[in-house]
Amino acid sequence: MDPVLLSRWQFAITTVYHFFFVPLTLGLGWFVAIMQTRYYRTGDETYRKMTKFWGKLFLINFAMGVVTGIVQEFQFGMNWSEYSRYVGDIFGAPLAIEALLAFFLESTFLGLWIFGENKVPKGVHLASIWLVAIGSNLSALWILIANGWMQHPVGFEINAVTGRAQLVDFFALIGSPKAWLFFWHTISSGLVTAAFFVLGISAWHLFRKNKDERVFKVSFQMAAIIGMIALVSVGLAGHTQGQELVTNQPMKMASIEALWETEQPASFSIITIGDLTGKNLVWEWRVPKLLSFIACNNFDCEVRGVNDIQAEYEQQYGPGDYVPLMVITYWTFRLMFGAGIIMFLVALFALFLTFRNWPNKAMKWLKWMPLMIALPYIANSTGWILTETGRQPWIVQGLLKVEDAVSPNLGAGTILMSLIGFTVVYAALMVADLYLLTKYAKAGPDAALKESVDVAPTLVGTEN
Amino acid sequence: MSYEVLQTIWFVLIAILWIGFFFLEGFDFGVGMLLPFLGKKDEERRAIINTIGPHWDGNEVWLLTAGGATFAAFPQWYATLFSGFYPALFLLLVGLILRGVAFEFRSKDANPKWRTLWDWAIFVGSFLPALLLGVAFANLARGVPIDNTMTYTGNLLTLLNPYGLLGGLMTVAAFLLHGAIFIAMKVEGDISERATAFARKAWIVVVVLSVLMVVATYFYTDLVERLGINPGIIPLAGIAAILLSGLFIHRKRYGWAFGMTSLMVVLTVATAFLIMFPRVMISTTDPAFSLTISNASSSQYTLTVMTIVAAIFTPIVLIYQGWTYWIFRKRITADPKKLIY
Repeated sequence: MDPVLLSRWQFAITTVYHFFFVPLTLGLGWFVAIMQTRYYRTGDETYRKMTKFWGKLFLINFAMGVVTGIVQEFQFGMNWSEYSRYVGDIFGAPLAIEALLAFFLESTFLGLWIFGENKVPKGVHLASIWLVAIGSNLSALWILIANGWMQHPVGFEINAVTGRAQLVDFFALIGSPKAWLFFWHTISSGLVTAAFFVLGISAWHLFRKNKDERVFKVSFQMAAIIGMIALVSVGLAGHTQGQELVTNQPMKMASIEALWETEQPASFSIITIGDLTGKNLVWEWRVPKLLSFIACNNFDCEVRGVNDIQAEYEQQYGPGDYVPLMVITYWTFRLMFGAGIIMFLVALFALFLTFRNWPNKAMKWLKWMPLMIALPYIANSTGWILTETGRQPWIVQGLLKVEDAVSPNLGAGTILMSLIGFTVVYAALMVADLYLLTKYAKAGPDAALKESVDVAPTLVGTEN
Repeated sequence: MSYEVLQTIWFVLIAILWIGFFFLEGFDFGVGMLLPFLGKKDEERRAIINTIGPHWDGNEVWLLTAGGATFAAFPQWYATLFSGFYPALFLLLVGLILRGVAFEFRSKDANPKWRTLWDWAIFVGSFLPALLLGVAFANLARGVPIDNTMTYTGNLLTLLNPYGLLGGLMTVAAFLLHGAIFIAMKVEGDISERATAFARKAWIVVVVLSVLMVVATYFYTDLVERLGINPGIIPLAGIAAILLSGLFIHRKRYGWAFGMTSLMVVLTVATAFLIMFPRVMISTTDPAFSLTISNASSSQYTLTVMTIVAAIFTPIVLIYQGWTYWIFRKRITADPKKLIY
């Protein structure tokens, strides 16, 4: 087997798995912080129960995000040593800053939040959950600055002696619009993920008429409002990113749309059935001029096709195949976008429920709400698969190809061993994680309170 | 600042990050390895975990920061080390993953089998990294086969040479001692007694291994030609700290004993970096192929930027992390009535 392919699979599996947990951490942290703030201000028992209940689920999820994140920090060097040599001067800096600014903040104050409730003043305890939320979102910013640079390198020059990329403008790196668009999209998606998580679980309890009805009605309303705002924010971010793609990664844009030939005005493909080569078309449904609007906010502009860009890249970079695997880019985009549309409708329904004072006729629909938790996860995963595979064959757009980036000393056997190892461990942990999340989600707020006996015969911290 | 000064600063900073990591996560790993043995009852195990509960995650960030700082300041070092020690790092990662999840998951279900399973995950997840980091650092001091393209040419077995294995045993034993004293210091009653009894035995093992390690270091590394027969104050003080810790354990002066094992860890890791400097990866294939702070480093610009960032934020981190240790300074009891849920 090909070491490059195995390393790519390992990176894909470990990274997608990691990002299964991260968006919920990013979003739910804010939710819990807001809940605790309201408890702090009002002393209302409902908010204490909300903080405890959602906080417990937050912690279970957080642990998974942390441990799978360690792999991310290491595997650039482990599997992609030539990449690390080539870009280390630039790429290493945001990673180190992420650890120094964000990881220390979130981990230290999470420890204080879990164990310190009776040891520090209430205000300090409250501040610690805010610092956890800030820390995890800061960490997203720095890793996205690093990733943004791989998609659209800025602030660098190629060292004439070593032939490697070298940082010349730190502020261009951290101010890269690519990174900030990613950040906008990602933290909004985190809030959407948390909102749907809260909506789904609250709906489950409301449908079963849990005795803590108020806890779940308030949670549901909060999630409906935040979810809708965040969804609109994701949409705006996505639209802005589309226009940025046309300028900076036109090939990614063309392959998302299966746009083989340059068009003016360009039509948007809702569904294309065929082999995506543009040659053997079975059936397609296109909206005229829409792609032009997506690309540049007017209905007449030109959008470049794959063939054009391929020809240009061959001239610029030499012979080679510069077209991403279109079946992935095309369909992941549609899955992400489709999930977004459904989420928008679900969020509208959730808002309707809460602002119409829970009409009885509509309550039966709550039964389906827990299933909707899957939607943000589908969108998060497909979104990143799209972003990363859309850059192929490049690992750093226009500078370094994936095939030139792997560690030369690793044989296929070694990588296969770790690939299988990570996959097995991750699968087992997923089972344990889902078991605990389901258990605590179903058990309701009582199980998350200190008095709970079933959950914790002897637990957490001491009084003295 | 001149390029050479910046490179030296970052070598020292990375050494400090590793030293901090070994010092902090050292007792953490020790506590994790001792958990199934010193904690007889469930509440005792919980009390033992709670000694490091608020801290282990923050301690582990020292490792992530060391990794990130190495990537940023010495990309060649990061690339050669992480790709070269691949199988060892894979096992280390699996250990850290299991351990981190176990701390969070083990008490969230009352089933004794569930808890025992995660307690052993904590054991394995503490033992494997402790062993592998010792093997790795002994090999860093000894040197490993590296060719003229800065690529590691050995495999996992290359690392498992006698000196590497001795290094691994040394870290396991040292962390066990360090962790036992930490438990004795932090927990009340029976557990503290058991930890003390264990520390007394562990101390003897650490002393024996240290003697072997000192002798082996003269043979396997180029310490003599670099530092001379008298290696200077740092290694010697490290040995003195090991010996003194035994005295304090015997007198049950846990704070002092812990101070001594801390010094032992700090000075031993510092010695490894002293042997290496100014090299960062020593090549046994040809000394000319070694990675050094000058041929492995980032550009002067990147090092300058990173120095400014580190100068601003490191003190802040140290202050709040130190502050949380102060918050949780009190002893923990395993008395179920005093445990809160």
